[in-house]
Amino acid sequence: MKEAVLKVFRGDREAGEFVEYRVPVAPGMVVLDALHYIQGYLATDLAVRWNCKAGKCGSCSAEVNGRPRLTCKTRMDSLPLASPVTVAPMKSFPVMRDLVTDVSWNYEVNRKIPPFSPKPGTDWKMSQADVDRVQEFRKCIECFLCQNVCHVLREHDRKADFGGPRFFVRVAGLEMHPLDGVSRTKLLKEELGLGYCNITKCCTEVCPEDIHITDNAIIPLKERVVDDFYDPIAKLLRRVFGPR
Amino acid sequence: MAPPYETYEHDVLVVGAGGAGLRAAIEALSHGASVGVVCKSLLGKAHTVMAEGGIAAAMANVDRKDDWRTHFRDTMKGGKLLNDWRMAQLHAQEAPDRVRELEQWGALFDRTADGDILQRAFGGHTFKRLCHVGDRTGLEMIRTLQDRGVQMGFHVYMECAITRLLKDGDRVCGAVGYWREQGRFVVFKAKSVVLATGGIGKAWRITSNSWEYTGDGMALAYDAGAELLDMEFVQFHPTGMVWPPGVQGILVTEAVRGEGGVLKNRLGERFMERYDPDKMELSTRDVVARAIYTEVREGRGTEHGGAFLDISQKPAEYVKRKLPSMYHQFLELADVDITKGPMEVGPTCHYMMGGVRVDAETAQTTVPGLYAAGEVAAGLHGANRLGGNSLSDLLVFGRRAGLAAAENAARVPAPEPRPEEIEDAVREMLAFFERPEGESPYAIHRDLAEAMQNLVGIFRNAEDLEKGLEKIRDLSERASRVRVEGSRLFNPGWHLARDLRSMLTVTEAVARSALVRTESRGAHSRTDYPKTDPEWGKRNNVVRRRGDAMEVTQKPVPQPPADLAALLAAEG
Repeated sequence: MKEAVLKVFRGDREAGEFVEYRVPVAPGMVVLDALHYIQGYLATDLAVRWNCKAGKCGSCSAEVNGRPRLTCKTRMDSLPLASPVTVAPMKSFPVMRDLVTDVSWNYEVNRKIPPFSPKPGTDWKMSQADVDRVQEFRKCIECFLCQNVCHVLREHDRKADFGGPRFFVRVAGLEMHPLDGVSRTKLLKEELGLGYCNITKCCTEVCPEDIHITDNAIIPLKERVVDDFYDPIAKLLRRVFGPR
Repeated sequence: MAPPYETYEHDVLVVGAGGAGLRAAIEALSHGASVGVVCKSLLGKAHTVMAEGGIAAAMANVDRKDDWRTHFRDTMKGGKLLNDWRMAQLHAQEAPDRVRELEQWGALFDRTADGDILQRAFGGHTFKRLCHVGDRTGLEMIRTLQDRGVQMGFHVYMECAITRLLKDGDRVCGAVGYWREQGRFVVFKAKSVVLATGGIGKAWRITSNSWEYTGDGMALAYDAGAELLDMEFVQFHPTGMVWPPGVQGILVTEAVRGEGGVLKNRLGERFMERYDPDKMELSTRDVVARAIYTEVREGRGTEHGGAFLDISQKPAEYVKRKLPSMYHQFLELADVDITKGPMEVGPTCHYMMGGVRVDAETAQTTVPGLYAAGEVAAGLHGANRLGGNSLSDLLVFGRRAGLAAAENAARVPAPEPRPEEIEDAVREMLAFFERPEGESPYAIHRDLAEAMQNLVGIFRNAEDLEKGLEKIRDLSERASRVRVEGSRLFNPGWHLARDLRSMLTVTEAVARSALVRTESRGAHSRTDYPKTDPEWGKRNNVVRRRGDAMEVTQKPVPQPPADLAALLAAEG
């Protein structure tokens, strides 16, 4: 059977190193299978976060050969196996242990977002066409890979005043819900720091759900913020004719 | 001396943050209770997130003739009348309101042309009944519930595992656990505890279940003196992936068949004609799983030991729209484009019909203060669950459990766990590190999964089941000598060592119950007793602890009132 060498980060918040493991490669094997092999036979205490192993829960995010990926969807046969495959934890979040990072900050951001608030007197009828664009945002599995690659978080660590692509997607899902009746543009501008995003599309590139984060979520939200805060005519029209 | 531990106190402690746990927490909160939710994973990653096909509820948006009576009847017939009729009635009556509620909390289901929630066909359901979002219904549901709960203010203890329920006399008064990250111990004092921990699929080799599914709630309840019910009924979903090896068992949603997918064997025969000519691919899961298994065993299987499931006769755009995650799953993991050719599928351990015995109205177990809802509980599904009835189960009985737990909390005095019991639970967890030598928990888990797969699988017989029990005894002995390497910091080997104990308790209950039931019914197929026995149709198996031994007895199946009995007796 073919073999691969994995160089896996072992360590915690303070210190760590890459440790090499030799793993047999079976047809169709994914990186998460290789990590499970290591746990089962070579290092029973290797810390890995995972749940569904089917690309549906977004738990097993890591950086494989430097690229942010879901390890359950990264096939070993898609990687050059002549040299070792490096597996490192997501860089933008503090390491807890080995490949497991502290993503609790994301849950704090989420708490700031006002929930879905139906317009008064709604009859709960929606057309599929109106639902379609919101369903794209609702596909998000919260793997936080977009947060991990966003330079505002990765290079500048602006966790205190920036929400990140995941939560722009979440807000877009609420703002564009056909029956939602509240505005979150003030939150986007003042607390989630939407202005820091300079639409480099790194988030879109890594999204395992193919959500067009930049084009379909972030840019329309930026337009709404501009309308609400910098365009007095649009604001006036909305007062007269009601919200979009 | 035991190490220090943190203590938290809530009126209601919910163990598990899937659909049932979150719905219970929301209900308890809305009745003024202080609620803590403990989950082994991060919030939003529980097994519900993997549910694909939909939520069964007789909304009659597509088929106007549907009503709760038909849903009730379908559920009972699917369960071979071993179900608790009252649970089946409540479930069918309340499911539509629970779905509407989700929509009012922000869930966005696929729509009909009239703008209502769209419903699709599924196995065993007379009408198009499953409210869905493509093939990611569970994700929509869990996100909606999670956001609702967060807004209402529940306390979530993420990546925290419970190892023991604490009792004050007969009543449950809290739980002991540990933080997965740091390995520190934690005590929860609570007036009511709701178990919503899901099933036991990880005890089989081929399974659609994640690492979390180790029967924790069933084992905790059993250890606390509660009764388990119908433990012989384990659902093997007919369609899991079979190739490549690493993806074996990953679920292929029944929605593929609901949307018109056809099953064929290696010879190109549409073999369901021989097993259920009326319902064909939309027969119940027990029947389809046995059919595929039989085709393979008799030499008509595919190259990798499965059957072909083909949806490529439908327009490619339709397939991508209604089954997007299946499309990507097969393309990325198996190099198969399902819009162009068939998938290879075979049975995979998927769901536990049995579980903790509960009261239909309140979801209370046989231990005061302890409630159970969702897959961990038994009764609703009888001998076989219909697809789509799990998500509705979570909502209907999650809500009922949360309500009853909050009402109980308003009645009973403050919880007072005994320090000796807490220290004993802590010592038990530390013992894994203290042995000078011992086996790896992974090796024992592999052997257990292999034994359950081969000896307590789809088809069973007395000889295999007895061998299985012997194996479980042997593995329990080995598990008592497990040694864990490393530290308590996020150490999956340590976590598995504890989860193994739960798996061994629950698999013993499964094998014992399966051995006792000398008939075939629903998901329980005995090759040595291939017929359905009307006498066994009157009895549920009950498992309880007697000292250190496990006891299996029978209780009568509750009989429905005359009007519901007439519904069940009607033809069709």
